[in-house]
Amino acid sequence: MIELRDLTVRYGSAVAVDDVSLDLPTGKIYGLLGRNGSGKTSLLSALASYRRPARGTVRFDGADAFENPAVMRNTCFIRDSLDVNDSERVRGVLGFASWMRPGWDAGYAARLVEVFELEPRRRISALSRGQRSALGVVLGLASRAPLTILDETYLGMDAVARSNFYRELLADYLAHPRTIILSTHLIEEVADLFERVIILDRGRVLLHEEADELRGRGVTVTGPAAAVGDFAGGRPVLGEQSLGGVRAVTLDWRPDAAEVARGEAAGLTFGPVGLQELFIHLTLEAAR
Amino acid sequence: MFDDRSPIYLQIADGIKNDVLSGALKEDEQVMSTNQYAAFYRINPATAAKGFAQLVEEGVLYKKRGIGMFVSPDAREKLRAARRERFFTEVVDPMLAEARRVGIAVDEIVRHLGGAR
Repeated sequence: MIELRDLTVRYGSAVAVDDVSLDLPTGKIYGLLGRNGSGKTSLLSALASYRRPARGTVRFDGADAFENPAVMRNTCFIRDSLDVNDSERVRGVLGFASWMRPGWDAGYAARLVEVFELEPRRRISALSRGQRSALGVVLGLASRAPLTILDETYLGMDAVARSNFYRELLADYLAHPRTIILSTHLIEEVADLFERVIILDRGRVLLHEEADELRGRGVTVTGPAAAVGDFAGGRPVLGEQSLGGVRAVTLDWRPDAAEVARGEAAGLTFGPVGLQELFIHLTLEAAR
Repeated sequence: MFDDRSPIYLQIADGIKNDVLSGALKEDEQVMSTNQYAAFYRINPATAAKGFAQLVEEGVLYKKRGIGMFVSPDAREKLRAARRERFFTEVVDPMLAEARRVGIAVDEIVRHLGGAR
């Protein structure tokens, strides 16, 4: 279990992470979602002991994580900078990782380098944005670290490379289960891989739930304004819009089959609310 | 494959039930493992496992320890009975409601169904 208690991260007077407590059972894939500036990277930096929190603790199976070599060895945090020297070559970076990382699988790393079409002799400074991200994925996955954190490790990757990333991530997780935390803005395309979702909003946890529970949690009801009003009456509304006499409301509520049948008989149509749409509505509502 | 209308685990359970009903999955036939299923459909294995657990709970599948999961001998019969019970409320009644909306008489429907016999 990874336990975050009253975690606060500050930059001067700015509070990036505000008193966050989370219990994260190990061995799951987590999706960390949040708008720009919501504190995702700050939270992950504290979680990976890259940054000392202003307040609070991170415990890994009961042991305090900060500056704890045993915990650090088992944590792989891949962030934007990759924490490598830009004049280094890809081959050199992988060699260093094999020396640093107790669980490093060199054969697997070599295969991933081929999957992502990385040139081992190329210097880091000469990599495109997408290739840099791909190198991050190689470092993150081939480390096989018990806690693997991938902070937006898809920037600049094209659709094919991202699809390869998701496929490799899932396949390697199935073969070597471990705790993986992914932060992303591309919610829709990776949501099926998450077991749990954490949504951060202005430094606070807005939601921490099983991803599958969020599917079908909401519904969009469209139809004649009066009928929609009758149906939605008293239900938690996430959003709404009107055009002429037609009204559409998004509800944070799940009607059962009988209620849907009743609504349809009254001329209403029902549409699904995906994780990404739910995320948009929840964060917008929190901002109100 | 999956949509956002309901949790994926329920959609997995429904898909397997349909395969049992159609005969694509036979009695005592082994179904895919959770990991095979997850890799094939690119979903989290815990989600797949929840779908399978639901089917075990409903008696559609049974577990053989260390080997895998299999279709229960009476699964098809049980599913058929349950679906037959729901057929009129879930299939026929909505059809009649739509017929009423667009002005199709019941006689006309009966004639049409007669042609399908």
